[in-house]
Amino acid sequence: MSETADRVKKIVVEHLGVEAEKVTEDASFIDDLGADSLDIVELVMAFEEEFGVEIPDDAAEKIATVKDAIDYIDSKQ
Amino acid sequence: MRRVVVTGLGMVSPLGGDVETTWKNIIASKSGAATITRFDASEYKCRIACEVKPADHEYGYDAGLDVDHKIQRQVDPFIVYGISAASQALRDAGLDNMSEEDRLRAGCSIGSGIGGLPGIESESLVLANRGPGRVSPHFVHGRLINLISGQVSIKYGLMGPNHAVVTACSTGAHSIGDAARMIALDDADVMLAGGAESAICPIGIAGFAQARALSTAFNDTPEKASRPYDVNRDGFVMGEGAGVVVLEEYERAKARGAKIYAEVVGYGLSGDAYHVTAPHPEGNGAYRSMEMALRKSGLGLGDIDYVNAHGTSTPLGDELELGAVKRLFGEHLGTMSMSSTKSAIGHLLGGAGAVESIFCILALRDQIVPPTLNLDEPSESCKGVDLVPHVAKERKVRAVLNNSFGFGGTNASLIMKAV
Repeated sequence: MSETADRVKKIVVEHLGVEAEKVTEDASFIDDLGADSLDIVELVMAFEEEFGVEIPDDAAEKIATVKDAIDYIDSKQ
Repeated sequence: MRRVVVTGLGMVSPLGGDVETTWKNIIASKSGAATITRFDASEYKCRIACEVKPADHEYGYDAGLDVDHKIQRQVDPFIVYGISAASQALRDAGLDNMSEEDRLRAGCSIGSGIGGLPGIESESLVLANRGPGRVSPHFVHGRLINLISGQVSIKYGLMGPNHAVVTACSTGAHSIGDAARMIALDDADVMLAGGAESAICPIGIAGFAQARALSTAFNDTPEKASRPYDVNRDGFVMGEGAGVVVLEEYERAKARGAKIYAEVVGYGLSGDAYHVTAPHPEGNGAYRSMEMALRKSGLGLGDIDYVNAHGTSTPLGDELELGAVKRLFGEHLGTMSMSSTKSAIGHLLGGAGAVESIFCILALRDQIVPPTLNLDEPSESCKGVDLVPHVAKERKVRAVLNNSFGFGGTNASLIMKAV
């Protein structure tokens, strides 16, 4: 597992209060991890903070799964 | 009008994460006051408060028992306390798993005096230091006063009235009184009612201290600071927590064989129309509030055995409430007991009227009245009034009166009696 993936999963566990095992790369924030649209806004803010990247709204809207987040962050680093 | 009874109790306080722990500590004359731990208050005029204790403390509070981790992160502590107290009360009443039909007739009236002050403070600093793009998307609904009622109704599927009182330190009492009327007037059959507060943060302590409302002379002996009616009192000690009761229509409660703690028989409300922070100099608002509650109750003064006073430990407020109580009770003064449990848990502001109503109910249940701590040297005007100094007292308790008064000159009184 990449370093980005580890850090993303840690943020997801902390923010959504879900068990680490549930945070697979295929997991959908809304369908599998119980997030709502505002939780995703908050997660995106936390990713920006953690990785020092800017994730514009149109890009954030396309982030639906844990993998989407990891791929986007890796593409900007 | 339909009769309204109390069938469930829930509480988070500086002396316990639930009702029974708190009550045991109150009766044992314990104090919840200590040096502030939430932030470094060493440069503040007031450095003490009655904080809710962490879960590993002897009488601590475990938010995780009833509130999801995610919600704990997103909302201010007053909402977390409120959800916990409401959950406890519903379970106590045996109503945490109601049918959809019943839930359509069940609602919430849980308010707060100030709301999410710690979060407003911290997020304002985020805005100032790091810009608007870093403000939490949960900022607004995590701080709003009506979001205890909102969260609780979502958690338990309660689809009846969804309401929240905001009347400063009268909030808890008004919440219960208003909710009782909703049941009496057939708007609902069950109501969760009460109040919560958590404003022990830099701006909260600084603000109340600047208003000259807080005790500042007992920073080195925090447990001595809240001393209602004592000559050396010098202001209130900030508390935090939540109190919630389940109110239920009497026939419904009886039919399902519910444990009935008390009946809400009297509710009085008034305005001082005098000053934003100082009470009316003759205590007229307090007097009229109590008098209205008594009139509605159909009871006589001789029936009231215990008064849980507003009694915040401020020089002016205690004196004026005492004056109003003496004027109202007259020849019946000698047979009742009156105490201020703020001496033990501090002033819970919007939660005060709710937790103190619960203490009144427990006094009815256990036939014991809680003490006024630190009443070493009662002021001159206390003569002839049993203020239950230092230790709890077993006595006959048939009906109880709870007083709550708030900034803005808002007053509420509740009378409850055994069924």
